Amino acid sequence: MFDMLSVITFAPLAGALALLFVPKERRDLIRWVAAAAALVPLVLSVLVFIQFDRAKLGINDPSSFQFVVQKDWIQAFNIQYYMGIDGLSVSMILLTALLSFLCVFASFGIQKGVKGYYAMFLLLETGMMGTFCALDFFLFYVFWEVMLLPMYFLIGIWGGPRKVYAAIKFFLYTLFGSVLMLLVMLAFYFKAGHSFNMLTMMQQGMDGGTIPLFGHVFRYGQLMFVALFIGFAIKVPIFPFHTWLPDAHVEAPTAISVILAGVLLKMGTYGLLRISYPMLPEAARWFSPALAIFALINIVYGALCAMAQKDFKKLIAYSSISHMGFVLLGMASGTEQGLNGAVFQMFNHGTITAMLFLLVGVIYDRAHHRDIDGFGGLMVRMPVYAAFTSLAFFAAIGLPGLSGFISEALVLLGGFRSYQAITIICSSGIVLGAAYMLWTFQRVFLGPLNEKYKDLPEISPREIFTLVPLAAITLVLGVYPVPVLGLFQASMGQLVRVVWG
Amino acid sequence: MTEALVLGNQESLRYFAPEAIVTLAFLAVIVFDIVTGGRKRNGTAAVAIAGLALAVVAAVPLLTARPALLFSGMIALDPFAAFFKIFICAASIVIVLISMGYRELTARFQGEFIAAMLATVLGAMLFACSVNMVMIYLTLEMLSLPSYILAGFLKGDTRSGEAGIKYAVFGAAASGAMIFGLSFLYGISGSLDLFALRDALDVRAVPTIALLIPTIFVFAGFAYKISAVPFHMWTPDVYEGTSTPITAFFSVVPKAAGFAAIARFFLSGMTRQTPDGLVAAAAIDWPFLIAIVSVLTMTLGNLASLRQNNVKRLLAYSSIAHAGYMLMGLVLLTDEGVKAVLFYLVVYALMNIGAFLVVIALSGERPREEIDDFRGLGWRMPALGLAMAVFLFSLTGLPPFAGFIGKVYLFKAVIAKEYYWLAVIGVLNSVVSLYYYVRIVKVMYLDIPAEGAGLAPISVSRMHGVVLALLAVPTVLFGIRFGVVDALTDLGRNLFLGR
Repeated sequence: MFDMLSVITFAPLAGALALLFVPKERRDLIRWVAAAAALVPLVLSVLVFIQFDRAKLGINDPSSFQFVVQKDWIQAFNIQYYMGIDGLSVSMILLTALLSFLCVFASFGIQKGVKGYYAMFLLLETGMMGTFCALDFFLFYVFWEVMLLPMYFLIGIWGGPRKVYAAIKFFLYTLFGSVLMLLVMLAFYFKAGHSFNMLTMMQQGMDGGTIPLFGHVFRYGQLMFVALFIGFAIKVPIFPFHTWLPDAHVEAPTAISVILAGVLLKMGTYGLLRISYPMLPEAARWFSPALAIFALINIVYGALCAMAQKDFKKLIAYSSISHMGFVLLGMASGTEQGLNGAVFQMFNHGTITAMLFLLVGVIYDRAHHRDIDGFGGLMVRMPVYAAFTSLAFFAAIGLPGLSGFISEALVLLGGFRSYQAITIICSSGIVLGAAYMLWTFQRVFLGPLNEKYKDLPEISPREIFTLVPLAAITLVLGVYPVPVLGLFQASMGQLVRVVWG
Repeated sequence: MTEALVLGNQESLRYFAPEAIVTLAFLAVIVFDIVTGGRKRNGTAAVAIAGLALAVVAAVPLLTARPALLFSGMIALDPFAAFFKIFICAASIVIVLISMGYRELTARFQGEFIAAMLATVLGAMLFACSVNMVMIYLTLEMLSLPSYILAGFLKGDTRSGEAGIKYAVFGAAASGAMIFGLSFLYGISGSLDLFALRDALDVRAVPTIALLIPTIFVFAGFAYKISAVPFHMWTPDVYEGTSTPITAFFSVVPKAAGFAAIARFFLSGMTRQTPDGLVAAAAIDWPFLIAIVSVLTMTLGNLASLRQNNVKRLLAYSSIAHAGYMLMGLVLLTDEGVKAVLFYLVVYALMNIGAFLVVIALSGERPREEIDDFRGLGWRMPALGLAMAVFLFSLTGLPPFAGFIGKVYLFKAVIAKEYYWLAVIGVLNSVVSLYYYVRIVKVMYLDIPAEGAGLAPISVSRMHGVVLALLAVPTVLFGIRFGVVDALTDLGRNLFLGR
């Protein structure tokens, strides 16, 4: 059979290698080669989306994974090249393919070191795709780490004024998280009987046993869960591990912010759902209340921070922290609604936040600053731009009829069944969200036109092209969420059965 | 392991071929150099390379040979020893190749340099297989004395002179401590044989303190060779002061020999075989002591690296940290641990020599050893910059590079023995190391040089280009496919543990 997942994963890498042979003066050729390399995974993931059997459960059941490839990779360690997808991964693959493709176009404005930029960008896409497809822990870890290097360079070379600081901070934080994951992975390898196969690990259950450490006896599962949690929490990011995010976002170029918020943050919650939950169900139940509290802090703290920002991009960055809190709340709830809402929120946040960052990029490219108070009345000058922005803002607020509403509603519904008080406080995040979003909209677009910007050009067709697919998805899923929601309903049901019985 | 043969002097010679070949090469280099009057520089190097390559060929069959003790129990013949012979000779071939393109060394006395190096190689090969206390001491000296000459090789250069003296003084103190410790152990067992020491510890109740002191003293001798804390002080000064190819040599060959000797001394001399695996034979918990040394070594090495602005010094401290990681493998008392150390040594040699080679290649006309000298290198000389980035990321232990696999082997072995605290400290140390390795990557790529400011590429000799590729390609390749190294170290981990 045609090995779809491998092509999706490695087509960008092949594109990156092909780029090395393109002369660096031919910038347009480089851009189009990159676009072609990103188009392949997009087309294939749409095919996957169509062919995907939505009734199959996945999660811990090897027979119901789809598009499976399983080959020996390193026999000495029993490491396999084992890729396959279930409902959880397919939604993320779709998101990654779409955002990566659009970001190639969003990066057309980059003039410095174009070749290196796209090579790194495509390498990053390979890393992301591989992480979502991998079913072997070692393979997963390698792809996970492969994302670090290009991200470091993309922020560090093509970023803003404090790029060097932001890049190393991102790098150190994430590496800190992933080395803990490395140790857990090795510990599980022995516990699963010398195998890195994730499904073997899930079926055997990694919970049992104890570890004596520094004079205490810890539950094996709980210790491992916490170690994994720190690794994933840094990626999400969950308070108090979030401080790298605003720095990285503010300094990163627009397209990289989109990828960072749209895909990389999902890695954290994906890791929790793919690895921590099914492998350590007992510890996951034990940790749920704490996770709900983390969700609460993320939602409220993120929203309050967003409200205090003067930098447009930093505001979006903090709003991401707040919105990712809803994913966590859904996961903590242990209900099918909650988990469906969580994964749907991952998808929706990916599309909505991507729009927001693209929109900030548009205004930054024109005005060369992002000071919210420095604009005013732009609606008159840029009506199309204002229309797209208002759509994205309302989607982010969770206005009914747009996709964000459905996922947040599902999360709150699920959450309310398990943690009433926490969920009630969390729902204030929506109000706060409305407050900072509308206030920002007002300051930027309404009121008298700032004289400085009376000649600001309207949004260009290329920029519109990057926004239209995302806007369409937001609208369609807001009315008819089944195409995406249906992808993972079966898998989430299975996950709830695995963890909560 | 099964009963081993103890061979007499004449029968042993047959299995002594690698060492004999290196000895002959050593003599041949001197003779060749005198006959040609030191004019045929590449010829001298060619003789050395041929000798070392032959020694590798002669050592390969020994990988599968039946374990035996040669020269009536002086040195061991086992796959472990064969592995180190191959490793030491192969690494030395790379260093000779590097030195051929290095003007500082080829300008004068190349014959002497190569001869001193071959003498060190011979000492290292023997040090790695000594199982008799006197042999251990003699081979340590045999390894050290020519190293002192190498360290101070750049006659007239004050830094090199300082390095030579420093190395010699520290070395003398360490080997003095070692022989003092060995004399105590001789007193305990009544024999110079390591296996007799183990047997004596088994039957006789030796007071803790009487064993602790000599163990620490003996360990000091080894620790100085692998630059473990607190016997590491000489390392940065010597590495910085001496000629860079020699630094690369020091960071790999004597260090590898030191690890071999530590493994052999503690596993043969102070470890008992039980049905549940190996346990420390002595009344003291020496694995724990080495674990502490390992933690201190990696932590101090990494923290000190953070503050360095000279790349050679930075790599010196980072090599201390790597010694700390490798020491973890020796405290486990498992085959897997030993294998992990061997595997790590192989990838460490590739990436560390590689990183030094980039420093060498940059120093075409003048020394470029400060981090600032690397500014914009990635844009100015893409290939060299890329190679350096590969080596540095590999040293950090990031996939998909070989250094990551090396770390996986080590941490896997540590986790298998459930030394969780050691593993946690180890991985946190790799996070620290990221910071200083990436500092170099940062100046290479993130700081784009101002237009026109020293943008002319530095000419790199063809020999250096070839060797660089020879090191960089496996550094990437072994990160993805490492079956060959796995097979080699799987044989090599078989250490002869006594009759």
